[in-house]
Amino acid sequence: MSPILLRRSTIDAFISNLNLLFIVPPLSLQLVVNGMMIGALFALAAFGMALVWGVMNVINITQGEFVVLGGYVAVLMAQNGIHPFFAIIVAPVILYGVGWFFYQTIIKRVVDKELFTSLLATFGISILLQQLMNQVFGADIRRAEHGFGTWGFFDGLVTVEQIKLLAAIAAIALGGAMVLFLKKSRLGQAIRATAQNARAARIMGIDTDKVYAATYSLNAAICGAAGAMVAMIWVVEPYIGLVYTIRAFMIAIIAGLGNLSGVVVAGLSLGVAENFAGFIFGAQYQIAFIFGLLVVILVGRSFLLGRKREYLK
Amino acid sequence: MLKHTKFLSVLACGAVVSGLAVTGPAEAKIEGDTITLGSAVSITGRYAVNGKHTKNGYDLAVKFINNKGGVSVGGKKYKLAIKYYDDESTAARGTQLAERLIQQDQIKYILGPYSSGMTKAIAPVAEKYGIPMVEANGASRSIFNQGFRYTFAVLSTSEQYLSTAIQLAAEQAKSDGKDPSSLTIALGVRNEPFALDIGAGIHEDAKKYGMKIIIDEKFPKEVSDMTSFLTKIKALKPDVVVVSAHTVGGALFVRQMTEQKANAPIVAMTHCESAKIEDSKVFGAAGENILCAGQWAPELTYKDGYFGTAMDYANTFEKLYGYVPPYQAAESSAAVLVYADAISRAGSFDTVKVRDALAATNMQTFYGNVKFAPTGQNIAKPMVLRQLQNGKYKLVAPSQWADTKLNFPRNAK
Amino acid sequence: MNMSSKPVLLYGGILLVGIFLPLVFPAFQTQISMMWMMVTFALTWDILGGRMGYNSFGNIVFFGVGMYAAASVQHELYFDVGQFEVISDQFNLQLTSEKYVFGLALGSIVGAGICVVLAWILGSGILALRGQYFAICTLGLGVAVGEFAGTIDYIGAGSGMSAPVFPQAMGSSGLFYSYYFFILMGFTFFALKWLYSTRFGLAINAIRDDEDKAEAMGLHTTRYKTLAWCVAAFFLSFAGAGFGHLNGFIDPLDVAFPGATFGVWMVLMAILGGKGTLWGPVIGAVVFHVTQEFFWSTLLGWQRVALGLMIVIVVVFFPLGIMGWVREKWPERFGHTLEEKS
Repeated sequence: MSPILLRRSTIDAFISNLNLLFIVPPLSLQLVVNGMMIGALFALAAFGMALVWGVMNVINITQGEFVVLGGYVAVLMAQNGIHPFFAIIVAPVILYGVGWFFYQTIIKRVVDKELFTSLLATFGISILLQQLMNQVFGADIRRAEHGFGTWGFFDGLVTVEQIKLLAAIAAIALGGAMVLFLKKSRLGQAIRATAQNARAARIMGIDTDKVYAATYSLNAAICGAAGAMVAMIWVVEPYIGLVYTIRAFMIAIIAGLGNLSGVVVAGLSLGVAENFAGFIFGAQYQIAFIFGLLVVILVGRSFLLGRKREYLK
Repeated sequence: MLKHTKFLSVLACGAVVSGLAVTGPAEAKIEGDTITLGSAVSITGRYAVNGKHTKNGYDLAVKFINNKGGVSVGGKKYKLAIKYYDDESTAARGTQLAERLIQQDQIKYILGPYSSGMTKAIAPVAEKYGIPMVEANGASRSIFNQGFRYTFAVLSTSEQYLSTAIQLAAEQAKSDGKDPSSLTIALGVRNEPFALDIGAGIHEDAKKYGMKIIIDEKFPKEVSDMTSFLTKIKALKPDVVVVSAHTVGGALFVRQMTEQKANAPIVAMTHCESAKIEDSKVFGAAGENILCAGQWAPELTYKDGYFGTAMDYANTFEKLYGYVPPYQAAESSAAVLVYADAISRAGSFDTVKVRDALAATNMQTFYGNVKFAPTGQNIAKPMVLRQLQNGKYKLVAPSQWADTKLNFPRNAK
Repeated sequence: MNMSSKPVLLYGGILLVGIFLPLVFPAFQTQISMMWMMVTFALTWDILGGRMGYNSFGNIVFFGVGMYAAASVQHELYFDVGQFEVISDQFNLQLTSEKYVFGLALGSIVGAGICVVLAWILGSGILALRGQYFAICTLGLGVAVGEFAGTIDYIGAGSGMSAPVFPQAMGSSGLFYSYYFFILMGFTFFALKWLYSTRFGLAINAIRDDEDKAEAMGLHTTRYKTLAWCVAAFFLSFAGAGFGHLNGFIDPLDVAFPGATFGVWMVLMAILGGKGTLWGPVIGAVVFHVTQEFFWSTLLGWQRVALGLMIVIVVVFFPLGIMGWVREKWPERFGHTLEEKS
């Protein structure tokens, strides 16, 4: 690489970090374990995004802000003496209402328009929400205290924070519950039917408007749960939403919209990849890495598809 | 088609004109008996927490000066007032607002914004128009090597922030019979002017003692996870850990360090007070024995004719605003005091005369001594280092005010 | 209707506005400069977004690259290259007027060259994506480039770098850049006007309408798509060079690659005015900029809420923009004849 863009010392640092991983194997274990736990949360947010995209053909840029709102629910609960772990149940309920509100006022009107319109509309909502949260909750970073401890292995070299493990389990449970819901319940089946063919569903008597409302609200609820966990594990502040949106989007794209197991795998992989990238390249490249990865994945994907098309020709 | 587009264009131009008229009042800013200063501060955005401290500091000083009769210029007394804009913690907005303050609002004296990044963005604007700026929250050295003549900083520059921590580490090593150059340092700074400069300062200090920096990380501006940094610390076991990641990063660091069971004999950071790491409800004992860099502390023995001693200031501030003033607020108040003194000495409102009076400042405030180098930074005031002991900040350096011994090593088992 | 005199009147009127507005309102010169810059933003976005159907959130990349390129050239020209390893460490000397202008000119041309090449390279991979994938990919690109710029020490990394101080002898920087951006806007407008009347215009419209059919009919879609992005990159680069110098300070994420502000506004302004039309982006940019400034002055603290609300309202209720709305209301003025119901 040109010496202007990457200095020798930087490349040396990459190499020594990589070396460290070989010298001290438990480090890799730490990165993998940590990555998978946070990846579970990403996968949860991605699942909701894929749901809305697949059913309603809406790319919800507001995803990250819903997550942050869920986080604030947990923060407020903790502030008032209730253990924030219960926010994993309370936040989805509240966010369901929020999602429903935005559906009825705005999303409803852009569902049948072109995709870009909904993208821009949800982007507008996200800007609105960011500033609103700033005005209401203040710009301070907030966190929900949970009081859980950490398990240490290998003389503290590998640590597993109990809250992260609990959150990962909760995420999996929620995901599983969603899958069951979609498979077995009437509403769930109606949602899937609408996703397959909205017109046919309508003809069969399904109220697609209700389905859309439920889908969007459910997505918001899922984000709320994820957000509650984010507030306990990390921090929330009004402007932290976009990174979660992009992660969710990336996972949804890699996995493909109907592919649930793909979402799980992609989510966990992204978490692990981020951790390794952060370790080897250094934290300053971490965000560039995430977004750069998005570009690479999309371009790579289109090349693969292009090759397939050539075969068909 | 053309008829309509013409109409629309004229309409648009009319909108422009009327819009501009609405958006910009243009009174001269020394009217009647009030001198209006101007400031773009971070009321929203990632610097909003400290932006609030800055604004409170400015307001308190104005209040006190006005209560004591105001600023005396050429025999007449003038009150002070400040016109604020929200720079939203973004540099682009800051420069635009600086332009607006100077061009449209006719402000002749600027009070600095919060953060080195914002100050660095606004300084060229002030310089271009020859408008003095006294700033209290931009410590990065890179502000002062640009040849600006109209920017004055009351705070100590950033590379000094954690020098004392390295110095303490070296002294401790010597008293333990170890060679200071055997010490290793882990450095984590946020990727913006202030923290980068702190990092540069640490590099220089390390070179001075011959210490090696074995971890050298730059965090993104919206850092949300420091796991990899902490993992490296656990693996390499440095003797000193230095972190400067502003308020959000600071809080994150303290919490994650405990969660991931990382530690070092000396842990030093900036922005402890903004991150409120002493709050045991939020952090428990995670912040214990961390060394905190500060521009000022209430225990210092400075005093001035407006606020009294540093402790008096702290009490006054707390009574009015309900919280103990962090140094960001104190230095902001000091900036206003400096202006009052300079304008008075200049005996005129002419910006060049005020600028020259500022350059000749030599005074003591409750915040510290203020004397500017030709390049604009304050060279009369040392940094202080405090350690969080049992939930309270105790001064451990410089030795003339230190009343407690350093707890070393941190959290020894 | 005398078609030949009307456009002259219109353009003449705008020329007069461009010349006299910054003179009449000297306090608003920076705002005026930015307004013309916004028009360039909207016009360049519209090439891909309105005419070609490729909605890009990443055009900001060229803005920033042009900005850094121009400022770097300025520094490299006048300082000992060997003496300083990193541009941002250089002591910022005052330049003479000739040096400043020459540096700016050379810098912006170099920047434009770099951006065109960059657009070609990026386009070869990214323009293969369709619809929403293209949109989000460019969004990711914008952020990635901005973050990466923050890691490059040569241009100051996260600390940013300063552009040379505007020479005192040249008077008001606001006035200079009002004209700079006005000329850039005019150049962009007429270049695009001409370009759209050629085969290029037809080709990219065809791509928008049905890309596969166009390809099947023998149109080299890839070539035209990339060319379109290169054109946009070219003009955006000049905008970036100018803005970096006007602002005086270049920060990677806030000034050079502000995806969440300029990057998104590019899209919004074109849609507000009416994408796919020539005057739509112009009107949209002017209206947007004025409204935005208004929000900032009057709604301290709530301005982004108002902005978000405006985005939502525009997108939901006025998807065709102002021009579209006007066209619907008065179709005859636009040359459409309504058939009488028999």
